[in-house]
Amino acid sequence: MAATSPQALRSWLEQMVLIRLAEDKVMEIYMQGLVPGTVHLCQGQEAASVGAIGALTADDWLLCTYRGHHHALARGMDLEAFFAEIMGRDNGACGGMGGSSYVIDASLGMIGSPAIIGAGIPVATGAGMTARLRGEDRIAMCFFGDGACNIGAFHEALNMAQLWRSQVVFLIENNQYGEYTPFRDSTALPPEAPIAHRAAAYGMAHTVVDGQDAVAVHEVVSQARSRAVAGDGPTLIEAQTYRYRGHSRTDPGAYRPPGELDAWKERDPIAILAARIGVADDVEGIHERLQREVDEAADRAAEGPWPTLDQARGYVFAD
Amino acid sequence: MSSQTDPAAAVADDGAEVVTYREAIRLALDDAMAADETVLLLGEDIAKAGGPFKTTVGLYEKYGADRVFDTPIAENGFCGIALGMALTGLRPVTEIMFSDFLPTAFDAIAMELPRWRFMSGGQTSAPVTVRASGGGGGRFGAQTSSTGESWFLQFYGLKVAVAGSPQGAYGLLRAAIAHNNPVVVFDHKAMHLRKGPLVRGDDQLAEVGKAVVVRPGADVTVVASLLMVHRSLEAAEALAADGIDVEVIDISWLRPLDMETVSASVGRTGRLVIAEEQYHDGGWGASVISRLATAAAPLATPPVAVSMPEILISHSPPLEDAMIPSAEQIAEAVRSVCR
Repeated sequence: MAATSPQALRSWLEQMVLIRLAEDKVMEIYMQGLVPGTVHLCQGQEAASVGAIGALTADDWLLCTYRGHHHALARGMDLEAFFAEIMGRDNGACGGMGGSSYVIDASLGMIGSPAIIGAGIPVATGAGMTARLRGEDRIAMCFFGDGACNIGAFHEALNMAQLWRSQVVFLIENNQYGEYTPFRDSTALPPEAPIAHRAAAYGMAHTVVDGQDAVAVHEVVSQARSRAVAGDGPTLIEAQTYRYRGHSRTDPGAYRPPGELDAWKERDPIAILAARIGVADDVEGIHERLQREVDEAADRAAEGPWPTLDQARGYVFAD
Repeated sequence: MSSQTDPAAAVADDGAEVVTYREAIRLALDDAMAADETVLLLGEDIAKAGGPFKTTVGLYEKYGADRVFDTPIAENGFCGIALGMALTGLRPVTEIMFSDFLPTAFDAIAMELPRWRFMSGGQTSAPVTVRASGGGGGRFGAQTSSTGESWFLQFYGLKVAVAGSPQGAYGLLRAAIAHNNPVVVFDHKAMHLRKGPLVRGDDQLAEVGKAVVVRPGADVTVVASLLMVHRSLEAAEALAADGIDVEVIDISWLRPLDMETVSASVGRTGRLVIAEEQYHDGGWGASVISRLATAAAPLATPPVAVSMPEILISHSPPLEDAMIPSAEQIAEAVRSVCR
């Protein structure tokens, strides 16, 4: 906390507002018919990505997921490229090949964002191994959800990451639901125990953090990053958060108990950070400016051409 | 360049070494690691123990623990780890041991490796080599005897190689490791101790997508992979006594499939036999026939595929032997297309 400058906090607040507005915009353009397929939105989860990515250096690698818009934006992806990718346009970040679930910019260290649950966890572990083998001061930051903690790749990767001291930090964004199912209905744990305790089975450091508090997330990710580059092994962090929207575009989230969403909105991550840095009154002004940026970027994105089959063919194999 | 570890290796008249097929694999890994310090190996029991099939003997001692990793039995996990290494500048080679274990890593190999670059719009590349030893004849039973060679052909984005000789085992593996895309390289367990000539070196990488005419002939084209290359050569020798001159092609790559070489051969012979240790439907042999048919290749007689019967492989010797195409069956197929 002491190391976090007021400028940094202000910048995180703006990032979180940007993510919120961009996600709302994605929904808007979806309803306008500009987005093919579906989208998985992250309103409510802004603090976990902004706090974590704020703890990284420019050299660090990121592995994201199909619910990864906030990671891309927190890492500084160009807004037009962001919207154009979701629209499947040639001016998208991935030339329109990735779509909503795979919005990455490799020049920002984002090396993947698979739609397959848990598939990125071994990949991040491998990137962290590259850093370790080369003795580099960099890590792989691996984001995934509570739903990924029950697939084999999670367990296989955690085992090897700890065994080989991969320079990786694992961050579970526990948004309480794996698709439509509350995580405790699918995840065997002692009563009240967090998922992060599973790391103990591998002798891995672990911690639980308030995922609505960007500053708190930043603090634990900073510590985990230091441990990883010091050769002390990975950390499994569980950021407890909430997904305001349903799983995907068509899911209204009707399975949620009455009052649950409102209770989480009482602890909205943007409001928490705004109050902490004393700019709660100024959030409206930030909104207005960023809303213009978002609207203009989405407009430009929609003007992009469709990719061609020849372009798609060219993306399959490297020379 | 003499082998230091295989006392049976000798220098052949033409300057090639004579080595076992599995030693050729080991030498390919050794030479690739010597040529490029980003090459590293991951697999079960491959470091301190030298590999369940002895394809990595001495490499842990030579290159150290940061280049040769004993993995847990977690194929999907370590193939995913290899992908992460490849995205960040390394060239990992994973050993899957038995081909039959490939399905445990299906997500990493079939769904992540071939699509990762595409989804990123070409921003990333995934130079991972996945090695597996397959095939029957060892009396290992239903879950450790498949060649597996055609399993990944519907996962576009992967290249697939099949080694039919020590030279193929060496050249294909070197080519795969140097290639900037993911490649699955299959070898055959029953060939591990067979010897053949090998010319090593950084100029001996196989050409990606190039089949090899291992025996020229004028009357019938036999296209084969892995152990079936040898059985086809045996059949060709037997048929030569009957005056039938067989051309044998070691297909070597299942993707890209070298239809140029196959078509040129069939264009001369007008007769085709496929010899494959797999089920015919959905396999590369069916693709060869389909491509020739759709290109209206001028065949004098309908092609014949010698494939596995649609039963599963048992460890029981007569049953396993009945499953794997024999030289006699291949020879009979050749005779049948000559009638």
